[in-house]
Amino acid sequence: MALDGKTSEYKQIGSTPDRPDGLDKVTGRARYGADIHVPGMLHGAVVRSPHAHAKIIKIDATKALALKGVKAVVTRADFPEGLEGEDWNLQENCMAGEKALYDGHAVAAVAATSALIARDAAKLVDVTYEVLPHVTDVDAAMQDGAPIIREGAADYSVPEGMHPNVVRYFDTGRGDLDKGFADADLVVERSYTTEAAHQGYIEPHACMGQMGADGRGEMWVCTQGHWFIRRMSTAVLGIETTNIRVTPSEIGGGFGGKTTITFEPLSLALSRAAGGKPVKMVMSRAEVLRSTGPTASASMDIKMGMTKDGKITAAHGTFRMQGGAFPGAPVDVTTMLAFANYNIEHVHHIGYDVLTNRPKQAAYRAPGAPMAAFAVESTIDEMCRELGLDPINTRLKNAARDGTRSTFGPKFGPIGLVESLEAARDHPNMQAPLGPNQGRGIASGYWMNWGGETSASVAMSEDGTVTVSVGTPDIGGSRASMALMAAEAFGIKYEDVRVNISDTGALGVNEPTHGSRATYASGLATIKAAEECIGKMCQRAADKWGIDVDAVTWEDGAAKPSGPNAGDHDPLTIGEICAEMGETGGPISGHYEGSPTGFSGSFGTHVVDVEVDPETGHTTVLRYLVVQDAGKAIHPAYVEGQFQGGAAQGIGWALNEEYIYGEDGRLQNPIFLDYRIPVASDLPMIDTVIVEVPNPGHPYGVRGVGETGITPPLPALANAIRSATGLRLTGLPMTPPKILAALKAHGDNG
Amino acid sequence: MRYHTPDSFGDAAAIAASATGITRFLAGGTDVLVQLRSDLVEPDDLIDIKHIAGVKEITQRSDGGWDLGVAVAGAEMTEHAGLSADWPGLVEGMDLIGSTQVQGRATLVGNLCNASPAGDGVPAMMTAGVTLTVTGPNGSREVAVEDVPAGPGKTTLAKGELVSAVHIPARGDNAGDAYLRFIPRTEMDIAVVGCAVNLRLDGDTVVEARVALGAVAPTARLVLAAAEAIIGTTLDDAALEALASAASAACQPIDDKRGTIEFRTDVAGVLAKRAAKIAYGRAKGDAA
Repeated sequence: MALDGKTSEYKQIGSTPDRPDGLDKVTGRARYGADIHVPGMLHGAVVRSPHAHAKIIKIDATKALALKGVKAVVTRADFPEGLEGEDWNLQENCMAGEKALYDGHAVAAVAATSALIARDAAKLVDVTYEVLPHVTDVDAAMQDGAPIIREGAADYSVPEGMHPNVVRYFDTGRGDLDKGFADADLVVERSYTTEAAHQGYIEPHACMGQMGADGRGEMWVCTQGHWFIRRMSTAVLGIETTNIRVTPSEIGGGFGGKTTITFEPLSLALSRAAGGKPVKMVMSRAEVLRSTGPTASASMDIKMGMTKDGKITAAHGTFRMQGGAFPGAPVDVTTMLAFANYNIEHVHHIGYDVLTNRPKQAAYRAPGAPMAAFAVESTIDEMCRELGLDPINTRLKNAARDGTRSTFGPKFGPIGLVESLEAARDHPNMQAPLGPNQGRGIASGYWMNWGGETSASVAMSEDGTVTVSVGTPDIGGSRASMALMAAEAFGIKYEDVRVNISDTGALGVNEPTHGSRATYASGLATIKAAEECIGKMCQRAADKWGIDVDAVTWEDGAAKPSGPNAGDHDPLTIGEICAEMGETGGPISGHYEGSPTGFSGSFGTHVVDVEVDPETGHTTVLRYLVVQDAGKAIHPAYVEGQFQGGAAQGIGWALNEEYIYGEDGRLQNPIFLDYRIPVASDLPMIDTVIVEVPNPGHPYGVRGVGETGITPPLPALANAIRSATGLRLTGLPMTPPKILAALKAHGDNG
Repeated sequence: MRYHTPDSFGDAAAIAASATGITRFLAGGTDVLVQLRSDLVEPDDLIDIKHIAGVKEITQRSDGGWDLGVAVAGAEMTEHAGLSADWPGLVEGMDLIGSTQVQGRATLVGNLCNASPAGDGVPAMMTAGVTLTVTGPNGSREVAVEDVPAGPGKTTLAKGELVSAVHIPARGDNAGDAYLRFIPRTEMDIAVVGCAVNLRLDGDTVVEARVALGAVAPTARLVLAAAEAIIGTTLDDAALEALASAASAACQPIDDKRGTIEFRTDVAGVLAKRAAKIAYGRAKGDAA
């Protein structure tokens, strides 16, 4: 598909107007998940397991139900039996059945007339446990004798003889590894680990559910995708999907973590048990960290071969990942993308998805990609050092480009890895002088992006303004992007477009805002729906002028005769056509539905300078550069925001964020004080360069940009610390105690 | 829960003395309210002392020292030019606690009586030689700050007793103090190690010194051996090494999610050296 939307100069896209939701957000008018209040509303609270692994012997809610104001208590007994596959996993995760599988696992829920009463009542639910041995580490969970989380959870892919905690197995590759390694002048093997990191969205999960005895009802929920929430919630409760209408609230961050359900169906179950009264539920931060999904943790072995002049000859990676007590660690994606930056003939990936006594993992920005990037890009850095090669030139030598057969199979179309490496190489940050204890790290990363089920509508108003309705919640400024694209398509002002996020009752099925798809897919849908409107407006003009519609063209927000042969007619503006549309045939609207497949991935390259305090092991990020391909930046400031946000989250994952479990299997740091995401003063202003290699699969060339940015920071930081200290750290996070211990060991040895 | 607003320390002490359940005093509330919301404690009696006259005042005594009301917030200390000029280390310890919002509420006495071993306000109070008036059901007594902490979450104050005033000594000449803490980030964090140094010079020679460590033992503590290591020296490299060794030797830390024993022990020495150099510079009249 060619760039069929516009080939001339753009008038709207590429500008940076204020976001339409901005004023609401800064004045408090925006309604987030917890901002819902309806008459007769009850408040829910969840009883959670304090044990990492325990049999549930008995749940006695007598005392809780006796408390004044308590209207309902639900347990697993209130959910249907017989679910299978992921539906069962979701149900079991929302409410434990025979066993509590992790610290924080829900075992009962309470609804009461106030949040305080509900909280007190939850404490009065008496649960008798038989504590079982637990395991929280991925390598330990695979070993003989490790506690079995659940027999029979493995699927067909797992070879015989593996521990029952290994539930999925991946084995992909091509070429002849022996030959590839034989061709190498240097073969490096390293093992790496990364810890689980949480998405850390500022808004905790919140919802309000209402369901009567007839199984019909509605939900208000903070989510990235309300059709997903609806399908999952109804599946868990055993009711028809369409019996529930779901409205999304404004959303204070998701990063993938709000594409699934964790406690939302409990509001419906409690409402049903309480005679149909609506039930509002809001998580505390500790509940968010203990019971919603962080990303997977990983243990990885990498072997790579390189010639003296920097050509990668072969690569092998083994990736063991745990995603909590359920299948789903994104090891499939990890194996796909591990070596995807490069053109490698002989390549092989092995992946293990392993169960542990941790919360069910959820998607987190480029799920599965950053771990592999840490391992692979660290290894490449090590090889460049050993061979005395420049890290950017070496990456350029091996970089995937248009026509390269990717390491996961398909051929790449036009992509921007080479352009991102060249822009990084030419950036002034590469010339900044480095002082003592300072070092520079470079790494590249990739995310393949997504299209997905999409339904959107555009309606013309009688004053000539435009209302766009999309089904992808706006996490990162997508309403501004949709408005810009619609304004561009119509040839009108940005301010004349209003974008709504519609509920499940107003559009066909939409996948969530995930996979960096919203600006691509909902954007494409908006443009297509706008074009349908334009076609109809041209027809109205043609009718008025008494000419054929083929003789009408649309330009700058007006219908015009296409040439002298079409007759001498004054242009009809969008306002004029819409003002009389009631008399000329009725309302005008356009619609698009489909699963667009023209998405294309985004590559990026990051350059970071750090200083490591040799006496404390503290790492200071001095400079940070993100270069990434956006295809076409619709709203460049928000594209840069995505770049910077990805880098910030990656820096946190690299340096300080981790799930810390005690000997008892309980999470030790379920608060932001000890789960250390970077604060503003931890980061320099993150420099950005937007590379634009247009995606031919989108009318304006858009690529999703949301996820790639979290992939390079993990290895970039490790490579910078290597440069500053001489130390190759192979385990994340690279905390001050870890670095200081390594410095001392290094000093003692050398 | 019963909420009290006494208008004198005597009344506050009487309420606390006669209370039978869990009692908490409320000044800034930046610990108590957080603990309440986190389900860590639910007091039967919550005694708000902010309604007592004088608790928000900072006054300089005729001897040059300072008296602080017990509800003076961190931000009020930081913005007080005279206090900050005299005791920069004491003020910066308090200033490191929490966010801007927390600084508008949090108090030095609250930080002391919360009795976290990692309280940032405490080590520099100890090195400054701060004393407190403690009011109880039977009257008042004076006590040195270092005699208050008894262990994590515990103080030596008896039932019914509360701190009613803070007394900071006169600064005097040729003296300076400093407080440093180590955290993995740059702010909004809890000290993994904290160290305060207060010293006085005669010419280039240290003639008086006090060194205190936080977060490396069950309570913040004064380290006499560390002070002795620099008294009589010009803070030369040998003295700094001796100081670091003495500071590290005084550590009895734990391994936990915030740091290892080895790390805390090493970094205590590093911070002692760095804080001593800053205090020395301030005593010499250097800016900052």
